[in-house]
Amino acid sequence: MLDKNGIAKRIAKEVKDGYYVNLGIGIPTLVANFVRDDIEVEFQSENGVLGMGPFPFEGEEDADIINAGKQTITTLPGASFFDSAMSFSMIRGQHVDLTILGAMEVAENGDIANWKIPGKMVKGMGGAMDLVASAENIIVAMMHTNRAGASKLLKSCSLPLTGVGCVKKIVTNLAVIEVTPKGFKLLERAPGVTVDDIKNATEGHLIVEGEIPEMST
Amino acid sequence: MINKKVANVTEALQGVKDNMTFMFGGFGLSGIPENAIAQLVKLNVKGLTCISNNAGVDDFGLGLLLQQKQIKKMISSYVGENDEFERQMLSGELEVELIPQGTLAERARAAQAGFPAFYTPAGYGTEVAEGKETREFNGKMYVLEHAFKADFGFIKAWKGDAAGNLIFKGTARNFNPNMCGAANITVAEVEELVPVGELDPNQIHIPGIFVQRIFQGPHYEKRIEQRTVRQRN
Repeated sequence: MLDKNGIAKRIAKEVKDGYYVNLGIGIPTLVANFVRDDIEVEFQSENGVLGMGPFPFEGEEDADIINAGKQTITTLPGASFFDSAMSFSMIRGQHVDLTILGAMEVAENGDIANWKIPGKMVKGMGGAMDLVASAENIIVAMMHTNRAGASKLLKSCSLPLTGVGCVKKIVTNLAVIEVTPKGFKLLERAPGVTVDDIKNATEGHLIVEGEIPEMST
Repeated sequence: MINKKVANVTEALQGVKDNMTFMFGGFGLSGIPENAIAQLVKLNVKGLTCISNNAGVDDFGLGLLLQQKQIKKMISSYVGENDEFERQMLSGELEVELIPQGTLAERARAAQAGFPAFYTPAGYGTEVAEGKETREFNGKMYVLEHAFKADFGFIKAWKGDAAGNLIFKGTARNFNPNMCGAANITVAEVEELVPVGELDPNQIHIPGIFVQRIFQGPHYEKRIEQRTVRQRN
């Protein structure tokens, strides 16, 4: 079974040379730590920066340079700042190659819910609805089950949707799964996890074809 | 040169009344018009509709207006990190319209640019699209969204001049340029008001035509919401 860093490490393998990548808050943010050094990638943050670098050294924080999680950041050589409308032109206009975000629920048809629990938690969608409605390549990073142990990979989402039919791939603590027209297709198992473990933790239709390899990170 | 300079925040906010609609630049606490917000607290105008990506934190930014129950309705994309906001929203005291962040930016830009409405894919098939016109273009579905209408827009820039020209810094730029000229009156506050002619025309982000009033804020707290750092080796 993977921890959050393990999930991020596995997703980092999906990041290819020359990609512009938008990382959501939470596990997705960790992906930047595991991208190979020998490829060129630029991270976009929807509040208006392309070419995000690591956190600043203590004492060098700048209130005017933050990421979408409102964390202080730095920029790398070649970085640029821009306004919010231009930022979403990059996203809506499909200039961003890969979007990695978290989710509360994903359905077997690729629907995603991650912004609201009616009556309990209403934080808002931020840029998530724009991202999922536009991106061609969306990977969800999340735990396979919620804190109560219930599956987050469902036949259909129970929570208000963020987007419809948009998720292409899911990486969880248990598995790598592709979203296909026929349902969740199991691609890889996490170390020490069996196909039955994954079946038991998946409410939606899980397609298992042939030997399922253990993932290498 | 058409002079947009006003003496101070008091003069800049003349005409502000109860039940008006305001737009505020800023993302989180970065690039928020701190002096305009402080003046609105002082004026204690009520029944406001506020268009802002976020709603501040409990004791800073728009959170200060929430404390005094000055806001009737918030139009935002993300409102976490604010307990008083959550309390007022769940109790029904505060009306909240949550909209996608790119839609928020574009509704401001549409108002600035004279477009009454536009189609976006964001929110199609979700409750955000309920009751809205939808249309298919090239096999994909889109939602019709309308330009904002507001009485005042409160903008924060880094540098400006009396002509109303503005330059922003870092990610404090965010929604600020998109909201300039999107309301009936755009009030810009700057950290540094420089003499006319000092700003390089090649470097100006927002030309003064989009700004009606400009003043230099006497002080900026520039609070950091999430201070994240790495250690030196």
